[in-house]
Amino acid sequence: MAEEKKATRKKIQAADRMNKIMADYFYGLNEAATTGKRKVAWCTSVGPAELLQALGFAVHFPENHAAMLGATRMSTDLIPEANAIGYSPDICSYLTADIGAYLKGITPLAKAYPGIQSVPKPDVLVYNTNQCRDVQDWMAWYSKKLGVPSIGVTSPKNVNDVTDAHIDDVTRQIEALIPPLEAIAGVKLDMDRLRETVSLSRECTELWKRVLETSIASPAPLTFFDGTIHMGPAVVLRGTREAIDYYKVLLAELEQRIRDGVGAVDGETSRIYWEGMPVWGRLRQHSELFANLKSTVLASTYCSSWIFPSFSGIDPIRSMAKAYLELFIVRSDRYKEGYIKEMLEKFRIDGIIYHDAKTCPYNSNSRYGLPGRVEEETGVPSLVISGDLNDLRCVSDEQTKTNIEAFIEQIAEGR
Amino acid sequence: MSGPVFVGLDIGSSRTKVAVIDAGRRVLGHAVRKSGTDFSATAAACLDESLEMAGTRRDGIAGAMSTGYGRANVAFVTTQSKTEIGCLSRWGRDRFHEAVTIIDIGGQDNKVIKLDADGRRASFKMNRKCAAGTGAFLEEMSMRLDIPLEAMDGLARQSLEIVKLGSYCTVFSATEVLENIRHGKKVTDIVKGLFYSVVKRVLEMDSHAGRVVMTGGVVAHNPYIVEMAGEMVGRPVVLPDFPQLAGAIGAALYALDETDPTGIRNDIPAGETNG
Ligand code: SF4
Repeated sequence: MAEEKKATRKKIQAADRMNKIMADYFYGLNEAATTGKRKVAWCTSVGPAELLQALGFAVHFPENHAAMLGATRMSTDLIPEANAIGYSPDICSYLTADIGAYLKGITPLAKAYPGIQSVPKPDVLVYNTNQCRDVQDWMAWYSKKLGVPSIGVTSPKNVNDVTDAHIDDVTRQIEALIPPLEAIAGVKLDMDRLRETVSLSRECTELWKRVLETSIASPAPLTFFDGTIHMGPAVVLRGTREAIDYYKVLLAELEQRIRDGVGAVDGETSRIYWEGMPVWGRLRQHSELFANLKSTVLASTYCSSWIFPSFSGIDPIRSMAKAYLELFIVRSDRYKEGYIKEMLEKFRIDGIIYHDAKTCPYNSNSRYGLPGRVEEETGVPSLVISGDLNDLRCVSDEQTKTNIEAFIEQIAEGR
Repeated sequence: MSGPVFVGLDIGSSRTKVAVIDAGRRVLGHAVRKSGTDFSATAAACLDESLEMAGTRRDGIAGAMSTGYGRANVAFVTTQSKTEIGCLSRWGRDRFHEAVTIIDIGGQDNKVIKLDADGRRASFKMNRKCAAGTGAFLEEMSMRLDIPLEAMDGLARQSLEIVKLGSYCTVFSATEVLENIRHGKKVTDIVKGLFYSVVKRVLEMDSHAGRVVMTGGVVAHNPYIVEMAGEMVGRPVVLPDFPQLAGAIGAALYALDETDPTGIRNDIPAGETNG
């Protein structure tokens, strides 16, 4: 491309507020774990967090912690620790980075939040295999290491249409978790509290959806790279008032950007969809690379995965089951193709980039011919880049850059 | 020599290639050298060599464009750059007026680029970061076998019975090669097996629509690879006149486009017809 001029990321003012509520969240967790005032549950990203919150647990999300290891570029040195004890470099690099960090006794929380020394010690580990098997294996390691129970939901996979049979199955599995969780929490489940938590999750999710949909505007006010940071509260604080209040503030700021005609990228000339995981250790570089090419990566499957339209306070457990099953990652390619096609249309996308993450087949949707099928039907050009979420040994910066530059060139020349 | 010239500089991680063309898109001068560690110095030497061949000097340059890994290192002649994929496509669009699949085998990576009948780039793929099927693979194997790189093409052509190697991996392939030597297999057959492995790796990257063309340093020095690829694809594969310079020529064409606001100059007959 022409001369390298540096584009910088535009700061989102609401970020300070987000940092504050995230800090409160981590200090709260730390206090629960160190004082024993509240029981601590670890929960996979789309595990039954609402149930845990309603039972009064402080909830830690190992995937969030692993993403922090990636974003701080600590992960690549930690992954080999887990490799050495038999966890292959080919499996989830969230798992290997997180276990590696535990083995070495380090955490990015300690640096970001003075006073916190370690991840909060759990009283129970709760998973849902709706995303992958790795989360179950991950919790199993901690279960053995720390002597705490690991329980969860085993979900169906590759679902075309979510049917009553699927929902019945997962509903029963969630119900079966209640007695052991009550025993650990030392309280009985208050159904009203669960109803309220699920309703709050729903509200949070709707606001998050509206935040993401501001990028339907041209120029788009929010990039995927910003989204991966600002989805923090939707991941770890769903079911709480704080998350809802935060997204109201963020939404107002983005709507103001739209009114002012301000885009996240100056002079936006192409609009890109990102399919797959972010490369956590390269968020800034990728964000700047696209900004320099006057391209906005403005929509993604990843950020949109924390939208759960089925949550309902009326029948909370069943609605949780349905919401956890409707997730993109749980679905068949037939469903995924339809979903992506809708997104390409809704956000008026010029090109789609699939990140084939070496260690996460579940979020790498380029391996069964999907990009070719979607391109054939929509005419939207596609590019597959090889990389990884956390293991930078699998990332070639030069190849990524050349690929992306050539792709943007192709889009420009195709006009 | 009179008249302005247009320069394309392709600064690859292994070789630097420079092409000088005139406004009629004829290649007047060219040079190829090992990139080494000082990309700028190598580029300068290649530039002057190719300008001399073209019968002109630096003040005769009317436009220049760079490409390749070291594209930012040639600010002394141009700060304009395009990707290698863009330049190979530009070259292909100029040389062929039909749908083509360009397979480029470079020192460190491979590319498969598809152009539609109008010369528009329909798609491209680069290999994953792995030496399989690249020049680096053949260089490594020539060292293991202790035969000069230049001798490989001649050796492969003498083979009567190919030794097939199964692995993707350069390290595993090296082990397979040693095992075959121990079992008394002929070097000629092993070298043909190495070529076969390179061709397989690049062909399996994508499907092959339209006319298939191969470019890059590896086929420039080992044209037998192109013949083997033709056998595997089931139709002849084109080896253009300057396979290693395709990217540099494409860059020079972009430089020429920049001076012509109407863009692509396909109206002027090309100096060479075969590529
Ligand atoms: S979905 Fe992928 S990244 Fe997430 S936990 Fe499973 S394997 Fe790891």
